[in-house]
Amino acid sequence: MRPKWQARAALAMVGWLAALAMFFPILWMVLTSFKTEIAAVATPPVVFFKPTLENYRAVLERADYLAFARNSVAVSLGSTLLALALAIPAAYSMAFFPSRRTKDILLWMLSTKMLPAVGVLVPIYLLWRSLGLLDTIAGLIVMDSISVLPLVVWMLFSFFREVPPEILEASRMDGASQREEMTHILLPLCTPGIAATALLSMILCWNEAFWSLNLTTVRAATLTVFTASFSSPEGLFWAKLSAASTLAIAPILIFGWMSQRQLVRGLSFGAVK
Amino acid sequence: MTGTKPARQKRSFRTVPLLAPSIFVLFLWMVVPLAMTLWFSAENYNLLSPGKNSFAGLGNYRDLLTSRALWIAMGNTLFLVGAVLVITLVFGTLLSVLLDSEFPGRGICRLLVVAPFFVMPTVSALIWKNMFMNPVFGVFAWITRSLGIGTIDFFSSMPLLAIVVIVAWEWTPFAVLILLPALQSLNREQKEAARLDGAGPIALFYHIELPHLRRPMAVVAMIEVIFFLSLFAEIYVTTGGGPGLASTNLAFLIFRDALLGWDVGRASAGGVFAIILANIVALFLMRVVGRGLEDMR
Repeated sequence: MRPKWQARAALAMVGWLAALAMFFPILWMVLTSFKTEIAAVATPPVVFFKPTLENYRAVLERADYLAFARNSVAVSLGSTLLALALAIPAAYSMAFFPSRRTKDILLWMLSTKMLPAVGVLVPIYLLWRSLGLLDTIAGLIVMDSISVLPLVVWMLFSFFREVPPEILEASRMDGASQREEMTHILLPLCTPGIAATALLSMILCWNEAFWSLNLTTVRAATLTVFTASFSSPEGLFWAKLSAASTLAIAPILIFGWMSQRQLVRGLSFGAVK
Repeated sequence: MTGTKPARQKRSFRTVPLLAPSIFVLFLWMVVPLAMTLWFSAENYNLLSPGKNSFAGLGNYRDLLTSRALWIAMGNTLFLVGAVLVITLVFGTLLSVLLDSEFPGRGICRLLVVAPFFVMPTVSALIWKNMFMNPVFGVFAWITRSLGIGTIDFFSSMPLLAIVVIVAWEWTPFAVLILLPALQSLNREQKEAARLDGAGPIALFYHIELPHLRRPMAVVAMIEVIFFLSLFAEIYVTTGGGPGLASTNLAFLIFRDALLGWDVGRASAGGVFAIILANIVALFLMRVVGRGLEDMR
């Protein structure tokens, strides 16, 4: 049994090394956020230091940081709710009343994701300008919800397919209307699936950068835009940037960790059960 | 559709009002901007000289096709997509096989490995740009100096590779997220039987695990290609497309033409190229996913 024990120890070591290597950049950023600005740029890099919360205080004291954070919350919540409102009836209809065209509709919806955002950047920018939607939260919500809609429909569809149609059939016999069937029977049954879908949509909208960078400047700018503004050379406040970044990614990282198993089902299009 | 139950076929409700909103929104989203892009691409239209629009015919396309910028951007786009795709699939598979084996703490390792996928792209790009690849204060600069190689300015000497590294780091976790559960769904008995028949770990991987991963890998490739064709934030934050055009992809070229050069006509023609490129890739990918839908139940 000895070689087996050694093989397992080696396996554990390789596994942990690989995991730490992947996580190291995030860890390093979090560590940097607790350093002073001088320690943050020290070479050789400082590993042991007296942690300070100064950077977090400085970031949170800046009124604009909270404004960016509020925009991020508003945009990801708003887009998710809008996408769910559109997608739940569609997924319900396709899952329980499939027609010959259901498969085509699903594939077509997915194919709209193939239209690269850059291909339509110019018209969207000009449309948004003339509609007064540039740099507004509403404008970004519309854009983000359209871009997650196909994924949301697909994910809900795959969750709804798992509900035995007999359950809905029975309620229909008892005289439930279409809407009652959806809200009183289906939604409670599928709460975990809908929650996972909402979470995926929130993650995607929270991290969305292309439209945020191109359609917003100040008023409706999200945390992605805020962090991007540190890319200029004068943004050499690494410790503060790290603190701001840590705050920006923490909620989504925790969401992602909590829901990774359900996310896989939605993202894998039935390739993984 | 062999398992379809009769209840599913009974249509006692009108389904059109349920489906219509989603289809309408997506249809609008597909048709209106597409038509506008096509229209603008045939116009001389610069936002800096308002009211001077005129019909350009194929002028914008001729300009683009004869400019070096388009071909460099096309090449960079395909290189980015191809390189990151290969890296994420190879490392994603290796990490998944590793995390599928049993060792103490593998649950925590799994969480650590998937973490980069949830980091917003602007933040990941900045982490790498500042804390690792900065030629003066970066961790890499410190390592290369300690080794006596001197410093390497990654973003000016190998900008495209630097971006590949960043994007691969962000998306390898995605491959793990999909491939690891796929591996875990593999029948344990089948693996045990193969092992008893004398298959070593390598034979096991090639003959049992790899074929099982083919479908999930196709899905990973599809989603990644969708995102990589429009790669933008990582370039915007790090190199700004430079030096010169060295790290400008199609997305960034259009952005430069449109929002920095205000040349709507030229940017739209670029957009048409981006759409054509995406459709060639999509045609192939949709077939793979369509096949997946066939045996979904």
